[in-house]
Amino acid sequence: MGFTETDLRAIGLTLRLAVTTMALLLLLCTPLAWWLARTRSRWRGPVSAVVALPLVLPPTVIGFYMLAALGPNGPLGQLTTALGLGTLPFTFWGLVLGSLIYSLPFAVQPLQGAFEAVGERPLEAAATLGAGPLDRFLTVALPLARGGFVTAAILSFAHTVGEFGVVLMLGGNIPGVTRVVSVQIYDHVEALEYAQAHWLAGGMVVFSFLVLLGLNLTRRTRLLP
Amino acid sequence: MNAENPGIQARLRLQRSQFTLDVDLQLPGRGFIALFGPSGCGKTTCLRALAGLERAHPGLVRVAGSTWQDDAAGIWLPTHQRALGYVFQEASLFDHLSVRGNIMYAQKRVQSTGRSAVAGAAVAVEQAVDLFGLASLMDRRPATLSGGERQRVAIARALAAQPRVLLMDEPLAALDAGRKAELLPYLEALQRTLAIPVLYVSHALDEVARLATHMVLLDAGRVRASGSAEVLMARLDLPLAQGDAAATIVEGTLVHHDSAEHLSTLGFAGGELHVISTTARPLGQRLRVRIQARDVSLTLERQSGTSILNIVPATVTGLREDSPGQWMVALDAGGARLLARITQRSVTALGIAPGRSLFAQVKGVALLD
Repeated sequence: MGFTETDLRAIGLTLRLAVTTMALLLLLCTPLAWWLARTRSRWRGPVSAVVALPLVLPPTVIGFYMLAALGPNGPLGQLTTALGLGTLPFTFWGLVLGSLIYSLPFAVQPLQGAFEAVGERPLEAAATLGAGPLDRFLTVALPLARGGFVTAAILSFAHTVGEFGVVLMLGGNIPGVTRVVSVQIYDHVEALEYAQAHWLAGGMVVFSFLVLLGLNLTRRTRLLP
Repeated sequence: MNAENPGIQARLRLQRSQFTLDVDLQLPGRGFIALFGPSGCGKTTCLRALAGLERAHPGLVRVAGSTWQDDAAGIWLPTHQRALGYVFQEASLFDHLSVRGNIMYAQKRVQSTGRSAVAGAAVAVEQAVDLFGLASLMDRRPATLSGGERQRVAIARALAAQPRVLLMDEPLAALDAGRKAELLPYLEALQRTLAIPVLYVSHALDEVARLATHMVLLDAGRVRASGSAEVLMARLDLPLAQGDAAATIVEGTLVHHDSAEHLSTLGFAGGELHVISTTARPLGQRLRVRIQARDVSLTLERQSGTSILNIVPATVTGLREDSPGQWMVALDAGGARLLARITQRSVTALGIAPGRSLFAQVKGVALLD
């Protein structure tokens, strides 16, 4: 029986969303995690708490607030409209934005843990050998923290694939645009297409298992600090 | 010190929770300079402030004619712009690079800090690799090396940066006795060959006695004494001349070597010293020997029929109780300083007092060079 045409489109969309989110998160979270790992600022605590919020909030809450903020009357919505981008809810890039928030702690925390594990000493050693701050970051901190990057990439990718609540609130259910695998499974179940639901749900189980297995084999840093 | 090589000048003030570092140092432009003192006296903080890893304020640091810090003139060079080498207590190698990669890391950045201007002052990379016996380790990862090997790589890496001063923070402290003994000869070789000053932090007197030419004694963040190692180690008012490790250094000239008996004879102002040596050196070479206080005994008349080879006339310059029943006696042997640790009973029996002339019998002499 296998996958239907719409199933495949949902899978393709999900992968595109997860890859985009993962790439953007690695870019954005590297400086944030670096700062969190090394700062002695009193803002460290509050910022850490905000970064961790998506871990504990129901995804529908995140989705609801993002919908309100990005909608035509929300502050971000008015900004995107003024910039000529239109409103983002119910578009692919709206989903990307939601996923960035939703998966943020899964990228920040492994990176932060890895940077903390590198510690001050190798950077000091590099400084005594004539390496400036950017040089030290690129040639010492990044390579020594590479395990954290692998973990952050895998976790933010996998977590985005498993997203449901945020998508439903912010993206709706538009085939090829915002209908990701988790929503497609929900649709199949609603329509009593259990065989179809099994194919996708089983695929997700196998996928998640492989991801976690791969993580165990490759990672050198802790999953979460 | 001369105009070409003005040495190291450091005035540093730095507040810490346990102490205030407040030092004003003028150090020679070459040789092994030991920063010595008990744990927590500020040795490491002093070294880090020199390197710019800690910010002393106010501070003044001048090394080999360049100013690294002068708060009065608003000068502050960050660590990576200071031409220094730093060896940490734990080797702190880059685990993601091979031994070669670690050493090249330093070499690649030499130009960027203007260090090459003094290329002649330090050692070439190949020389450093040679000196520390690293040729066979070049492709290894730091994680596969022993503690002693890692520290050898760390020192060679620091030298590859073409520093004008080498700062070493207890490089042996993290090693067990066996590894320590393995690394010490490398440090002694360094002491002989290096044309730049080495600042060596240690709280182990035996290490210092083997290596140091100049000593800075720190206590609670302040300089208690600074001067040549020979003079400081023999001073009864300092904690160096105390306990089992107390020793003095005597410098002399090689006047004879008996290769059949492996015995070298050193001449110095106070007489001659015989020392076991398996290597033949050119006559006339200046050599340093270390004599431990516990290996020196005193007699009023020159003994004959004794297995002790080294008997030199000396004058008592001072004495002080070392531990219950034991006294430390300071001696002058023709300008050379000796310490003898003897019992209270002997002090009384021999009438030991400043000015007393007698003979020092030296049972053990160790060549340092």
